Amino acid sequence: MTDTAKILLEVKDLKMHFPVNKSLFSKKQFVKAVDGVSFEIREGETLGLVGESGCGKSSLGRTVVKMYEPTSGEILFDGKDVTSLRGAELKQFRKDAQLIFQDPYASLDPRMTVGEIIKEPMVIHGLYASDAEREQRVVELLQIVGLKPDHIRRYPHEFSGGQRQRISIARTLALEPKFIVCDEPISALDVSIQAQIINLLKKIQQETGIAYLFVAHDLSVVKHISNRIAVMYLGHIVEIGSSNDIYCSPKHPYSIALLSAVPIPDSVEGKRKVRIPLHGEVPSPLNPPEGCPFCTRCPHADDRCRKERPQLHEVAGRQVACFKVTE
Amino acid sequence: MEKLLTVENLTVDFVTDEGTVHAVRDISFDVFPGEILGIVGESGSGKSVSMYSVMGLLRETAAIDCRTLRFDGEDINPCSYPDKKAYAGKMQEICGKSMAMVFQDPMTFLNPTMRIGKQLCEPILNHTNLSPKEARERALELMRLVGIPSPETRIDQYPFEFSGGMRQRIIIAIALANDPKLIIADEPTTALDVTVQAQVLDLIRDESRRLGSSVILITHDLGVVASLCDRINIMYGGKILESGTDEEIFYQPNHPYTKGLLSCICNPENDDAQLQPIPGSPPDLLQPPVGCPFVDRCEHAMKVCKLYMPEHTELSSTHRSACWLNELAGRGEHRD
Amino acid sequence: MTDTKKTQFVLTDDLFEKLHEDEKNNEFIAVSSKTYLQDAWHSFRKNRLAMVSLVFLAVMVLLAIFVPIFSPYTYDGQDLNARNALPSLAHWLGTDKFGRDIFVRIMCGARISLSVGFAAAFINLVIGVVYGGICGYFGGKLDMILMRIADIIYAIPSMLYVIMVMLVFGSNIFSVLLAISVSGWIGMARQVRTQVMSLKEREFAQAALVMGASHNRILYKHLIINCIGPIIVNTTLMVPNAIFTEAFLAFVGIGISIPQASWGTMANEARALLQNYPIQMLWPVLAISLTMLSLNFIGDGLNEALDPKKR
Repeated sequence: MTDTAKILLEVKDLKMHFPVNKSLFSKKQFVKAVDGVSFEIREGETLGLVGESGCGKSSLGRTVVKMYEPTSGEILFDGKDVTSLRGAELKQFRKDAQLIFQDPYASLDPRMTVGEIIKEPMVIHGLYASDAEREQRVVELLQIVGLKPDHIRRYPHEFSGGQRQRISIARTLALEPKFIVCDEPISALDVSIQAQIINLLKKIQQETGIAYLFVAHDLSVVKHISNRIAVMYLGHIVEIGSSNDIYCSPKHPYSIALLSAVPIPDSVEGKRKVRIPLHGEVPSPLNPPEGCPFCTRCPHADDRCRKERPQLHEVAGRQVACFKVTE
Repeated sequence: MEKLLTVENLTVDFVTDEGTVHAVRDISFDVFPGEILGIVGESGSGKSVSMYSVMGLLRETAAIDCRTLRFDGEDINPCSYPDKKAYAGKMQEICGKSMAMVFQDPMTFLNPTMRIGKQLCEPILNHTNLSPKEARERALELMRLVGIPSPETRIDQYPFEFSGGMRQRIIIAIALANDPKLIIADEPTTALDVTVQAQVLDLIRDESRRLGSSVILITHDLGVVASLCDRINIMYGGKILESGTDEEIFYQPNHPYTKGLLSCICNPENDDAQLQPIPGSPPDLLQPPVGCPFVDRCEHAMKVCKLYMPEHTELSSTHRSACWLNELAGRGEHRD
Repeated sequence: MTDTKKTQFVLTDDLFEKLHEDEKNNEFIAVSSKTYLQDAWHSFRKNRLAMVSLVFLAVMVLLAIFVPIFSPYTYDGQDLNARNALPSLAHWLGTDKFGRDIFVRIMCGARISLSVGFAAAFINLVIGVVYGGICGYFGGKLDMILMRIADIIYAIPSMLYVIMVMLVFGSNIFSVLLAISVSGWIGMARQVRTQVMSLKEREFAQAALVMGASHNRILYKHLIINCIGPIIVNTTLMVPNAIFTEAFLAFVGIGISIPQASWGTMANEARALLQNYPIQMLWPVLAISLTMLSLNFIGDGLNEALDPKKR
């Protein structure tokens, strides 16, 4: 996407801390799932968000669509701060920003037919004048995602994982949103089905100019679908830039290690690839390190890294949060 | 070469409320000593079920029919045992000793209320004459082997005190306890992060090399297979469609399904190649197709594919594929 | 082996023609479509004991409705010439010490017992589901306060309510109902609360939230509908509880007042004659136990049929 496109979503210093240990007598503790994250997404653009489990990428995605109330920070959507929205304005935001879940087995109400599921958002937002028109739209949506109109009366549990994920995409599209957060939409699916879903999402983007925040742990998939990639570690974005830059020449030590671990589906290359092992474990997000979040496992960490938190700064066309990367 | 495991004409059915699910339909394969065999397939392709039936881990609702099932010179075919008890006894003797399993989800396999050390000692005590003290020594040695830091303190901890990757290492340590000849790993890295996955795969490879044992790696991830396996079986709809060495599968795939699989994974190395998804969904094994299971999604499907399941064609001494296109090529006919 | 198999096929050239796209059925679903309740009924029917119980209960309900209407006897009509009669063609189950027909009285008792049972279960169902649903869905302080109130109500012995209600409103069917319902809904509320609490974390409920659905819609359309299984089971098991409580109250003399027939009062009256006419005791006790057993069997059957773990 070009840099001239309008900025659709701008996130500034977003923090999402979840309280744990709600007992009356002990001090309240917080899981710092998202701890000061800033980025923006332009219209029609896909930003890939990668990181390992527990890095806060899903929490970030869900906070952006206001599934949770953020602890602090701003989320500007179309120039308006959505963190303080209520009532009708909030409902409008709910129509424009949607979420596709990871697990297609849990995200569809088991007691509703496919038709009812896809129709529900239209009913909630009072789209279309009559039920017959809505029904017609449901059939259209089913065809867009490659299912048959006679699937409309069936129940979710009768479908396979890939078919269910397509149903949930159809439900999302019913509201014609401007922005969709895809929360690991393909990691629960089979390989041959993953490609279907990726191509479907790409096709929809080409036709409607939707913007995606694509959350995933699979770097090769993210590389394929995204214009830009952000790498997250322990609640922070450690590197963000165009997908080619990040993928071909990562700068942050964590991005480098993460990329070296991606298996290559090629019998010769795959066996030849040299991996950079990461030692130790991810620190607990209950009390993350004071300085750089990655300092406990970083091979280059020194005293400054342990004391001071590096900010994102421009290096070689992308932004990196590391003191050691200056060139 | 002497075969370690021979499976011939294995069929597994499950009786459910909805009808009979034909999970595995007439498959045959061999495992040679010291090799790493990858079994690749999507969910519902029968890859796990076939391995579980080899290990005798399926529940009563499963009907297993098999012509030959031999492991390390011993007959472990459930059909050739007169009663269940004799079969169960035989399997108890083999499982955990010369044949071991690594499961996908370490949390369901490990007992959450039992200390790690005790769970590690169990297979050792069951199959050897070591004293509890010696078994504990062996457990410590195993933990060191799979790369768990400070095993002396960790041996007395509970599973929840370990991270996902560490738990998977413990599972592997349990599997290695009696120097098995065959390790069956069922999606051992699916629940793990990429960086941890890489470490666990290295561990499986290094340990199997060290012991000279064979590994059957069940997975849906072609990337994992590529970095580890010597030979690969491609399963789909309860059947093996193609089998060959890793290079044959990746560089000279014969079956349209294998080709489809390879063209629909994102290879980050060759850039802007458009993904070619396989249309449709996998067959419903309640009513599997009579002919080739892939017929409804195959771009080359012919009338014959709907009617008959093709035989395996030998493409080389190691490479076999079941597709009517090979028969067509053999007839010297060419279509546009 | 390979060769013999191959000869079975007749491979003509036309078999190698390409298949048309329309001939492929790649989104095929083999299972026939069944709604949740159809599916549950299907597996409930397989439970022999539950089915027998269901038939027994249906017969009981029909008899309770029609026997008092068509019988020549009434529940309080005395016949002093036929006191303490044994079962005969005229009086199928015999008569009591005033010569009243026991069969008709049992069926009148069934009217009271069953209606008390079902009405109490219904009241508890409504209060419990709404209360538990609200507690589970909104959580936090509201949940804390509401559940502590429920705990307090539950902590006071139910006999105390019963006696108080009877003192204030007198002994009739409505005060019995009231007495049973004061604390009866709490079990249901607790169960619905736990269910709703776990269901609201499920992704389909969160999906509804992101779509902009109102709290009401999420709670009733998505959450409560999805705990229908345990709700039905719990309600079914509440009926025998209420029947037993009613019978017990009548037996100790603080329930339905004489001469109205309830299984409890009948057992109470037969107690005095237990030495001479034990058979009079048999009928109400049999009615109570068979009804309770069948309701429990139905509850078990439903529990199995509606078990979410099955799918």
